[in-house]
Amino acid sequence: MKIPDVNEKWINKISEVTIGATRAQGGTRARTVTVGGGSTFPFLSFEGENPNKPVIAGYVTDDVSDLPDVVKNAIGNEINLPHEWAKKCVEEYGVDLISLKLLGAGPAKKDSSPAECAKIVESVLKAVDVPLIIWGCGDDEKDNLILPECSQAARGENCLIGSAKESNYKTLVAICKADKHKLIAEAPVDINLGKQMSILLSDAEFDLRDVIMFQSTAALGYGLDYVYTILERARISGLKGDKMMAVPQICDIASETWRVKEAAADEEALPGFGDVEKRGPLWEAVCAQVYIQSAADILILAHPLAIKTVKETIKRFFV
Amino acid sequence: MILIGERVNAGFKDIKQAVIDKDSKPIIDWTIRQVEAKSDYLDVCLGTASNKVEDLLWMIETVQEVTDVPICIDNNKIDMLIKAIPICKKPPLINSVVAIDERMDALFPIIEKYGASVICLVMDEQGSPKTLEKRLENAGRIFAKVMEYSIPPEHIFLDPIIMPLKFMQEQGKEILAATSQFKIFSDPPCHIVGGLTNVSNGAIHKKLINRVFATMLVANGLDALICDVTDTELIDSLLTAELILNKSIYADSYIEAFRK
Repeated sequence: MKIPDVNEKWINKISEVTIGATRAQGGTRARTVTVGGGSTFPFLSFEGENPNKPVIAGYVTDDVSDLPDVVKNAIGNEINLPHEWAKKCVEEYGVDLISLKLLGAGPAKKDSSPAECAKIVESVLKAVDVPLIIWGCGDDEKDNLILPECSQAARGENCLIGSAKESNYKTLVAICKADKHKLIAEAPVDINLGKQMSILLSDAEFDLRDVIMFQSTAALGYGLDYVYTILERARISGLKGDKMMAVPQICDIASETWRVKEAAADEEALPGFGDVEKRGPLWEAVCAQVYIQSAADILILAHPLAIKTVKETIKRFFV
Repeated sequence: MILIGERVNAGFKDIKQAVIDKDSKPIIDWTIRQVEAKSDYLDVCLGTASNKVEDLLWMIETVQEVTDVPICIDNNKIDMLIKAIPICKKPPLINSVVAIDERMDALFPIIEKYGASVICLVMDEQGSPKTLEKRLENAGRIFAKVMEYSIPPEHIFLDPIIMPLKFMQEQGKEILAATSQFKIFSDPPCHIVGGLTNVSNGAIHKKLINRVFATMLVANGLDALICDVTDTELIDSLLTAELILNKSIYADSYIEAFRK
């Protein structure tokens, strides 16, 4: 009698999404980034393939007022100019792509105009030659104004633009189709809404092979386990044949980690928690490492030490 | 849910006539309708229209002219299967074998060789089982035999044998109980399949009986069904049953998503 084969037999593959366009493809990037395409979970090479490793997107924003000193100090003066910060991310930290968040457009922040936002996008595209992720400020009304201009400024660069929610997806579908960008579909820690977003996007005739799913992200201590199970369940479902869930997933670890006191506050504020210079980046790196296991494909990270640590993890464990 | 479209079967008058006349149109039409209805397999049955292997091959080839959806060869004659299996574009599902050693020993090497799957009816020399115990005993015989071959459990589709409600009313409970216990025979589990339409044989409210029984079967662990895949109320009920069992992810537009 043979020992039975107890490997999971998945029947579907996750879609493969390429971000960025080289000159030959109508853009100006030196290289593109491809994620997804897996036929099993990460690290389980005995069950299937993961042709593309997870990638790290360097977190860049035009409004750093909410970032703690531990991040600002680690990055230095460049943090005040998105294109210089992006350049440092690529040249010094070795990120695979840049995630630009236009927080400055927020009505409660600088309330930057669409033209100002488009200029930032242009300057980042000029400063670096890696693919770009562009996010609005999170305010639907304002994002509907700035993202069309930013999309146009990056026309042909095959950026990843986010995020399409139930409330605003039609605008984003239109601009991504017109300017040939990929799209982030967002559902706030809600797997059912995540699936519904995929259905809505495909109803709007947006090809799901051009979509990255964003089930939002939680930092360690603030629901990481909950988001982990959502990412994991979405991937299981995709591998089992649910086409609406068979798309790569993105985690915005930087935005979430640097909002929590356990990562950001110094020892004076949190006695017994240890040196924030070590603890902060460790908190960010651990979140990323956990999300890799739950099948995250794109990890947005800010602190150089966290980027270094997670890069090493990916290098060591993805053979 | 694995849906096996039942309609390219010469038990139906239009298909029988098509086989006799060698008229591919009804077969192609039903193939397209069943593929559009998201069949995972298409049952192809020669029935009493012919006993020639050429006719079975013609039916399979006709179906495969318009689709790559795998075939469920509804035939138990080894000499025919030996010729039919190799022409299938994808590993087929064989419908069916019974829990009799000689029959299984004749068929399983072929299943093994081609990586095909097989529907195993829990009936034996004495015919169809009437009790839960007999169904389990026969399932046990089938699995004892499966283990002699290199056939993975997921290639085995156990069939508890669905019987007509109108004529054998006491069987419903036995079938459901057997279905819920079949999963214990292997880990990873095998599939559990049924020929649904049989339950409503001779009844007036056929579709209602079909879909109520189908959801009860799914609740008891059945995961494959030979049925009228074009019956949208049936399929919608199955999709909903799978959601209730948390086997698929709910979305407001789950019905639309399935049909995409």
